[in-house]
Amino acid sequence: MNSLTTKDLILGYGEETIIDSLDIDIPEGEITVFVGGNGCGKSTLLRSMARLLKPKDGEVVLDGEAIAKLSTKEVAKQLAILPQSPVTPEGLTVLQLVKQGRYPYQSWFKQWSNEDEEAVEEALRVTNMTEFKERSVDSLSGGQRQRAWIAMTLAQDTDIILLDEPTTYLDMTYQIEILDLLFELNEREGKTIVMVLHDLNLASRYANHIVALKERGIYAQGKPEDVVTCQFVQDVFEMTCNVMTDPLFGTPMCIPHGRGRCLIQQQRQSG
Amino acid sequence: MRKYISFRTSRFSFFLDKKGLGYFSLFFLVALIIAYLSVSLGEYIVYPSDVFQVIMGNGEKMHSFIITTLRLPRLLVALFVGIGLATSGAILQGMIRNPLASPDIIGITGGGSFAVVMFLTLFSDKSDSLSVSIHWQPVAAFLGAMIIGLLVYILAYQGGVSPIRIILIGIGLSSLTQALTTLGMILGPIYRASQANIWLTGSVYGANWDHVNIIAPVTLVLVIIALLIARRINVQELGDDLAAGVGSHLQRDRLLFLIISTALAGVAVSFAGGVGFVGLMAPHIARRLVGSSYGALIPISALIGGILVMGADLIGRTVFLPLEVPAGVFTASIGAPYFIYLLFRSKRS
Repeated sequence: MNSLTTKDLILGYGEETIIDSLDIDIPEGEITVFVGGNGCGKSTLLRSMARLLKPKDGEVVLDGEAIAKLSTKEVAKQLAILPQSPVTPEGLTVLQLVKQGRYPYQSWFKQWSNEDEEAVEEALRVTNMTEFKERSVDSLSGGQRQRAWIAMTLAQDTDIILLDEPTTYLDMTYQIEILDLLFELNEREGKTIVMVLHDLNLASRYANHIVALKERGIYAQGKPEDVVTCQFVQDVFEMTCNVMTDPLFGTPMCIPHGRGRCLIQQQRQSG
Repeated sequence: MRKYISFRTSRFSFFLDKKGLGYFSLFFLVALIIAYLSVSLGEYIVYPSDVFQVIMGNGEKMHSFIITTLRLPRLLVALFVGIGLATSGAILQGMIRNPLASPDIIGITGGGSFAVVMFLTLFSDKSDSLSVSIHWQPVAAFLGAMIIGLLVYILAYQGGVSPIRIILIGIGLSSLTQALTTLGMILGPIYRASQANIWLTGSVYGANWDHVNIIAPVTLVLVIIALLIARRINVQELGDDLAAGVGSHLQRDRLLFLIISTALAGVAVSFAGGVGFVGLMAPHIARRLVGSSYGALIPISALIGGILVMGADLIGRTVFLPLEVPAGVFTASIGAPYFIYLLFRSKRS
């Protein structure tokens, strides 16, 4: 198992500080979801935890060692990242894509070992992509394409997987399909999953651990049942709502107030 | 049926795509046919049986002379020029993630042109003869190409280089070298200007075995290196974040790609001048046939590039006899419409 933590992490672009002296412990073997308003730095934090963004100060620690000091290939064997809406080269097949997850294990002369082949086949099987392996990625539906990308990160054979908004731009059906897949990976293979999600209700249902970011730091973290309340939504998203219990799984469910249909009701009352 | 073959020993393991292998065999055959036609056709036609005799080493003296001294080295130079330009273009397109990238567009060819014009102008004396040996001309061209490659990198550098900066700086430098080339030709002696003009169009006229002995090994070694690092190009095509995520050394590899592609184009340009559009067209055609995986894309592009330049030279040398038209005229006359077609297609998609 690999532990992932940050110490006094300061992140930003140019003069601007986005995350300030942040300490966070990612629970091993669980699903952690970062939530927060637009621009709160949740994607920035995720990227820095995957060593894609250099911190201004402080460090990301993987298994007791500063990630910046580890060789990038070593990190890639322990931690995989799927960025938000990645680009697909024209005509690339699913198999060719998933193979590239084996990059950290290969070298000049060792380009396609038995382990590589097994890991790729396993990744395709788990994501139900085996039948599509000869199809080009750009010909797939949104959900299949996302599964292909996830298969690539699985081929990397890491204990930790980070995903930046894996459900954005997907239909509702595919959103659920992808989250179910990730939940399964966590349950069956004990993978530590860290992701950024926009939808608080989906986050509440799929996360074991929610981390809410606000004003350059953590506003609250913990089990969704303990954390997500009216006050929480008011503070983090600046929105009034009712929080109910999901009738299926008992997780919190946020129902925004907004103005919504108030106008029709008012008209009826006055008319 | 499996679409690929795996080769494995305890130390080595490789992956071969059957489709790539199929196209490779096909284009290899096409290249052989063009090679045969090139040694056979010309002002004097050497018939098949005589060609065969020469290959077996007991041809007539004149046939041997025509083939081994005149036509074969020229053919081989054309082949390696095509291979070099195409491979260079393929690498650049992957590194910049843009199918319109090529050594012409980021100024590498232009650097060679400028250097040649400067060479011809600076080393001409009053009687219009060169004060140094013409053998230095390829060296000048190669240096010019390398300097522009280096400049692109240095000017694009900003704590690392990004594809978009490389392409923009490259286009800028390319325009600059073109302007300077024109200026050099106007200011220089008129005789040199026409000599430079042939060079700018690109031609393998006058190629000999000395040229082959340099261009063949250098190009082959660079292409083999490119093949061995094909994975690194593949992974960069997925975008910076994913590439870094799977453990790629983005910046180090980018510098390596730029060095290899500049050297490949530089060597090609130094022996054949500015043969245009091959570096753009060949990898693009190859990509449509075998997809984006560089393990297959590099060898197929290379072969198509070789075929294009050999074919262009064959046509230029034979169709308009007794006139000889530089190969670059033909690559440009297929290449320019192809480029417009590409722009049109990318606009619509």
